[in-house]
Amino acid sequence: MSTSSYYVPATSKWPIISVIFLGFLAVGAGMLMTSGSGLIPFLIGFVGTLWVMYGWFMDVFKESQAGLYDAQMDRSFRQGMAWFIFSEVMFFAAFFGTLFYIRVFALPWLDGEGAKGVTALLWPDFVATWPLMTTPDPSIGGPDAIVNPWTLPLINTLLLVASSITLTFAHHALKHQDRKKLINWLVATLVLGGVFLVIQGIEYVHAWTELGLTLQAGIYGATFFLLTGFHGVHVTIGLIILAVMLVRVLKGHFTPDQHFAFEASAWYWHFVDVVWIGLFLFVYVF
Amino acid sequence: MVPELPPRPDKHQAISDTAAGGSAVDQGGHHHEQPTGLLRWLLTTNHKEIGTLYMLFALLMFFIGGTMALIVRAELFQPGMTFVVPEFFNQMTTMHGLIMVFGAIMPAFVGLANWLIPVQIGAPDMALPRLNNFSFWLLPVSFTILLSTLFMEGGGPNFGWTFYAPLSTTYGPPSTSFFILAMHLAGISSILGAINIIATILNLRTPNMRLMDMPLFVWTWLITAFLLIAVMPVLAGVITMMLLDINFGTSFFDAAGGGDPVLFQHLFWFFGHPEVYIMILPAFGIVSAIVPTFARKRLFGYASMVYATASIALLSFVVWAHHMFTVGLPLTAQLFFMYSTMLIAVPTGVKVFNWIATLFRGSISFELPMLFSLAFIVQFTIGGLSGVMLAIAPVDFQYHDTYFVVAHFHYVLVPGAVFAILAAAYYWLPKWSGVYPNVKLGLAHFWLSVIGVNLTFFPMHFSGLAGMPRRIPDYALQFADFNMLSSIGGFLFGISQLLFVAVIVLCIRKKGEKAPAQAWEGAEGLEWQLPSPAPLHTFDTPPEFIPERDSPSRH
Repeated sequence: MSTSSYYVPATSKWPIISVIFLGFLAVGAGMLMTSGSGLIPFLIGFVGTLWVMYGWFMDVFKESQAGLYDAQMDRSFRQGMAWFIFSEVMFFAAFFGTLFYIRVFALPWLDGEGAKGVTALLWPDFVATWPLMTTPDPSIGGPDAIVNPWTLPLINTLLLVASSITLTFAHHALKHQDRKKLINWLVATLVLGGVFLVIQGIEYVHAWTELGLTLQAGIYGATFFLLTGFHGVHVTIGLIILAVMLVRVLKGHFTPDQHFAFEASAWYWHFVDVVWIGLFLFVYVF
Repeated sequence: MVPELPPRPDKHQAISDTAAGGSAVDQGGHHHEQPTGLLRWLLTTNHKEIGTLYMLFALLMFFIGGTMALIVRAELFQPGMTFVVPEFFNQMTTMHGLIMVFGAIMPAFVGLANWLIPVQIGAPDMALPRLNNFSFWLLPVSFTILLSTLFMEGGGPNFGWTFYAPLSTTYGPPSTSFFILAMHLAGISSILGAINIIATILNLRTPNMRLMDMPLFVWTWLITAFLLIAVMPVLAGVITMMLLDINFGTSFFDAAGGGDPVLFQHLFWFFGHPEVYIMILPAFGIVSAIVPTFARKRLFGYASMVYATASIALLSFVVWAHHMFTVGLPLTAQLFFMYSTMLIAVPTGVKVFNWIATLFRGSISFELPMLFSLAFIVQFTIGGLSGVMLAIAPVDFQYHDTYFVVAHFHYVLVPGAVFAILAAAYYWLPKWSGVYPNVKLGLAHFWLSVIGVNLTFFPMHFSGLAGMPRRIPDYALQFADFNMLSSIGGFLFGISQLLFVAVIVLCIRKKGEKAPAQAWEGAEGLEWQLPSPAPLHTFDTPPEFIPERDSPSRH
């Protein structure tokens, strides 16, 4: 708290523009889901949101490069990012909680376990298993098979863990002003993440078309795609962030002392990595 | 009417009445050109303007949600289907709850946080001002979408504000997807707003202000913001799962596919219970500011207030299933949640006793904010005590989903949270507008509100204990008298809020007694060093702050 005066950013048009496009995005998505006719507002919202993110972040980069941000602003950014990641942790916690609740309580109770066992009266023949291949009501139907964790998912685990390590190398290179290493390790991270997404796509197609493992395949399919799907979205976002960081590195934006944008993307990437380890263990292996 | 407030840096502003001198007032300096007219409000990154926007938005939503409540009360005035059709009645109860919780009470507290936290900790603005603007403007978009569902085919949400699946998924109207997306936008707004508040409090305090020197309103908001960041994402998760169940054929809340409707309730109440503390902790902070001012004594047990607030917040994570005693939980779970819930009475009791101890042998005067605060303490305690009753699992089987529950949570929310918000408005309006609120109108508002609110909600205890279920448009004849009283009280309370609007309009137009910087002689805190009305930009440089306990006069 050594500052003698505070930096207060100037007004910006981006927040209100992004609110408008998010409105388009929400209305468009709602229309698409209810009547199937909202493609145009949805696309306007989607493209507009991307444009806003570009513009808003460019303004921040410019202000940062102009040296407008002091140490206090830096702390605000750090705390903001840390709490944002905490909110993401809680978002995934809801989904992991769902998975555990279904496996530990809901399905055994449907099978008649527990003091009351009333729920067992609904489908007397139902047998609780995990993975749940046969759902209580046959009209819904479970998957025919599940993804073998020791094939593509294992490769993906290695890829993501490796990408976290390469990103750390890149960070070290940045701190030691080794520009060439920094660029190489950052590119390596991007490649590892990109290959992860491609493999995840291959696995999805395989699961959907050959294993009967779909969103509609009972609670196993639902939790499988919920957890891996939202993780995949976060990997995609993380990759975009890292790609932007690469562009900024190439432009020579960062110094060994001042590169919080880089650190924030690294935090985010490590968070996505940790989520995957939870996924690999509890969705695929156990 | 909107562009008239709050005061812009005024050329004619008398700076002489500021105690903080130059440091409190922007001298021109590095601030950028301000846009004017509507654009000023759309683009603003100023915490005072955004705080004003939040509070005006909350007031608007308070009247929209209140109108819906009056439609409900009109239908329930007499037994029989008299006024609206049941489908519309269900939409009104649902939308009333959603709008009051997410559109009125939460934004009102966020608005107060925006206005007050920076000036109470000596900061120039919120830590992330553009994010602040973003957080606010998401709300009008969100609630426009939410309200528009009423005009869609099949009507708006009709499944209660708790939107239990599968009632809301399998059996909900087609507009449910829009409702979910609207809630997503409101949730993003809350999370980002909370991040901003935490960063502001932890990072922008004036030098010398340690955490334990902060005003309690700041403390309660720090803890509230933590709760928001912890549970709003869980709400986002559960409504996302609803969206998938509705539109993509998943079976999260459908037992036929191996899912579980009770899972929805666990997830919802894991969010929902901390949410009710999100709506009351800032109220504790407000009352803890006002009671010492008008008792002319320091707050009794400052540290215990902080620890009590933190304990309530932490306990709120392990009590959620007391909303679900009747769904068939295992006995051990019922016992656990019963006892953990009762534990909350301890820190809450600490707070009430501290307020009373602050009043004890004080030189009490009964200005408008004090009246609302004292009413808060009494009425909130009634709501707290019925909460202890509801926490007892075996008797909850009798109370569950009756009007007793309605009476309980309205007692903590209306005579509780809303009264605290009104107290805050009367307390800080001199600082915001530069004039004192009109006392005659304020007194009429206070007494009509107290009578109206108790006439509305107290009889609900009786109709609930006698077995009247909540969320029904028609009822058995034996409940008729109590319901008629509740309806009369409801209209009295609702209409008397127009007096509050009159008070605010008078303040905006600067009709009234001019307020000095130190608007209340007993008030403490950095905000009272600023001139009234506070200029647009304050504390460009950190103000001098001597913690109370370190001040030379205390040694």
